[in-house]
Amino acid sequence: MPKRTQEQAESKVRDDGSVQIVTPSGEILIKDKKQITKDKIRKFLLGTKEQEGFLKVFIIYALLICIGFIYIYPILHMVSTSFMTLDDLLDQSINWIPSSFNLDNYKQAATSMDFWGSFGKSIILAGVPTICNLISCSVIGYGLARFEFPGKKVVLGIIIFTFILPSQITMIPTYVLYSNMGILGTIWAFILPSLLGQGINAPIFILIFWQFFRQVPKVLIEAAQIDGAGFWKSFYRISIPSAAPAIITVSLFSFVWYWNESYLTQMYVAGVTVKSGWTSLIIQLDQFATNYSKYATTATNAVTNINESINMSGTMLSILPLLIMYFVLQRYFVESIDRSGITGE
Amino acid sequence: MSEKMSKEEKKQARKNRKKMKAGRLAKREAITGLLFITPWIIGALMFLAYPLITSFRYALNNIRITPLGMNFEYVGYENFTQVLLSDAEFPMQLADYVVSTIISVPIIVVFALIIAIMLNQNIKGKGFFRLIFFLPVIIVSGPILGMLNEEGAGSITAIDTQAITTSIQGVLPSSLADPISSIFENMVTILWYSGVQILIFLSSLQKMDRSMFEAAKIDGGSGWECFWKITLPNIKPMILLNIVYTIVFISNNEQNTIIELIKTSMFAGTQEKGYGYASAMAWMYSLIVVVIVILFAVLFMAKKDVYEKQVKKAKKAHKKELRQLKKIERRSARNAKKNARAGRV
Repeated sequence: MPKRTQEQAESKVRDDGSVQIVTPSGEILIKDKKQITKDKIRKFLLGTKEQEGFLKVFIIYALLICIGFIYIYPILHMVSTSFMTLDDLLDQSINWIPSSFNLDNYKQAATSMDFWGSFGKSIILAGVPTICNLISCSVIGYGLARFEFPGKKVVLGIIIFTFILPSQITMIPTYVLYSNMGILGTIWAFILPSLLGQGINAPIFILIFWQFFRQVPKVLIEAAQIDGAGFWKSFYRISIPSAAPAIITVSLFSFVWYWNESYLTQMYVAGVTVKSGWTSLIIQLDQFATNYSKYATTATNAVTNINESINMSGTMLSILPLLIMYFVLQRYFVESIDRSGITGE
Repeated sequence: MSEKMSKEEKKQARKNRKKMKAGRLAKREAITGLLFITPWIIGALMFLAYPLITSFRYALNNIRITPLGMNFEYVGYENFTQVLLSDAEFPMQLADYVVSTIISVPIIVVFALIIAIMLNQNIKGKGFFRLIFFLPVIIVSGPILGMLNEEGAGSITAIDTQAITTSIQGVLPSSLADPISSIFENMVTILWYSGVQILIFLSSLQKMDRSMFEAAKIDGGSGWECFWKITLPNIKPMILLNIVYTIVFISNNEQNTIIELIKTSMFAGTQEKGYGYASAMAWMYSLIVVVIVILFAVLFMAKKDVYEKQVKKAKKAHKKELRQLKKIERRSARNAKKNARAGRV
């Protein structure tokens, strides 16, 4: 540090406002006011080695804000449209802010979707497989991380391969299998594969747990074993508590992915040709138009025809639970990937 | 007698070997490890191996569903040829899928990288921006994207997409122009696929060693050079990971019309369509997806690092030199021998 100060240029303000600078090499530079302000502006805009220039920071902020706006534009559009009445929709002068705070669209969309019923079923359909996923993937991940056995690399290879392979290829025989087992159209069609480590995106979860358990110091587990803990006990008493971030990540993502899944849900649980009692908000949204027209014809009071606002309120309703969850648990969501250890340490 | 002895000896030796074997603990560990992953093994047999084989068998048969069960009729490759030659939609949609995937994957990954780099700068409100850019992850699901695209919320209003699409359609043949213009029309929702990727990039950028950049800056490297020579090689594995993730995500998303097509033809119930026909479709589709993943992986891995190349070159040159040295040695030895012999004669 002291060396640095020695080398720094000495400057002295002269009477007429210009500055005399003595550079380390002994040269004497005289700069007048104009030059100094120019220098200052340049420094301010382009920055020095130590500090970022204003211009760069400004461009980054501007870009981020612009892209961010474009990014959430569909959501803003959806929110604003969902409150509009039919008159507002047709009125050219109204772009963003509806003339009145109108909740009718939501009411009608909610009744046609059977909001509360579908909501409860959605939670069960996403929650129960998530718990099964947690149990199976943590056990499998631990087995892969902690023990050495022949064929381990093959197992890891197959796990990665199953992630790449589209589910459509195994879908038809699985459908037949479920129907032979008599679990088609029940929630067991989701529980069974997730208990066996074959749920939706289960390879990712297994790899997350695998990555995580590898970081648990082996000494800790060996110490526990010397103290008399078996393999199983050292798993759930030592490894599981230290894997809390992985558990949070896996449960959040598993819940969100099961919630958003409509293709397989329709296929296995809700039924394609024969409808079972199961449904979810996302499936209701998929069939929104037909459901709504059915509702509109059977409703006793006057119902407006389906329009953009009602569509958007339906969409809003089906993502609202997840949105609330996201904003409440935002920290865990955003930090999840940091903590999951996918990116290495 | 002696034979018996030797037998007994052998037995003894075997016993001794058993006792001497060092890996008893290792063996026990291996068995426990296998026990831990038994759920996965059962799952893989039940939901991966069995369906894969069965769906291939289905694809070679014409299947009719009768009250007594499924009626198989072996047709060989007919299902495949029929899908490719006489299906009205499948070949075209497959081509569309391939083109749009190959175009949108680089767009998504590069976009994610740019955003991650901007967020990695020293800016305020990083958490807020991360929140925005991660938001779509919880919303992207087929029905919701379908609804938003239908209502025109998926395009960037500031850019006149109409002009772009018409100009594209003027230049390119329609088989290429259609998927490209559909990408431009739904630009925002395509960028929405990049939420997870942004966070993966961001967290790997944050884990990079700062001292490398400082060293490069002292050596006079500009930010631009630092990016190409330090950042990019360092996050290369993450880029590959993101590419694979993006492809898998696009392929399994319900916005993808092919998987809907497979489902509808599975339940078509007509004479020629059915389980067998749909299985043939699923096989071809899966093969294409795997091929695209491999293609990207190979393309990406083929481009080796400059330094790696130089090291390889140096090694090669070194080997060549050694060989030449040996050659010279051998030759001189031979010559010496010759000379000696000549001298003796």
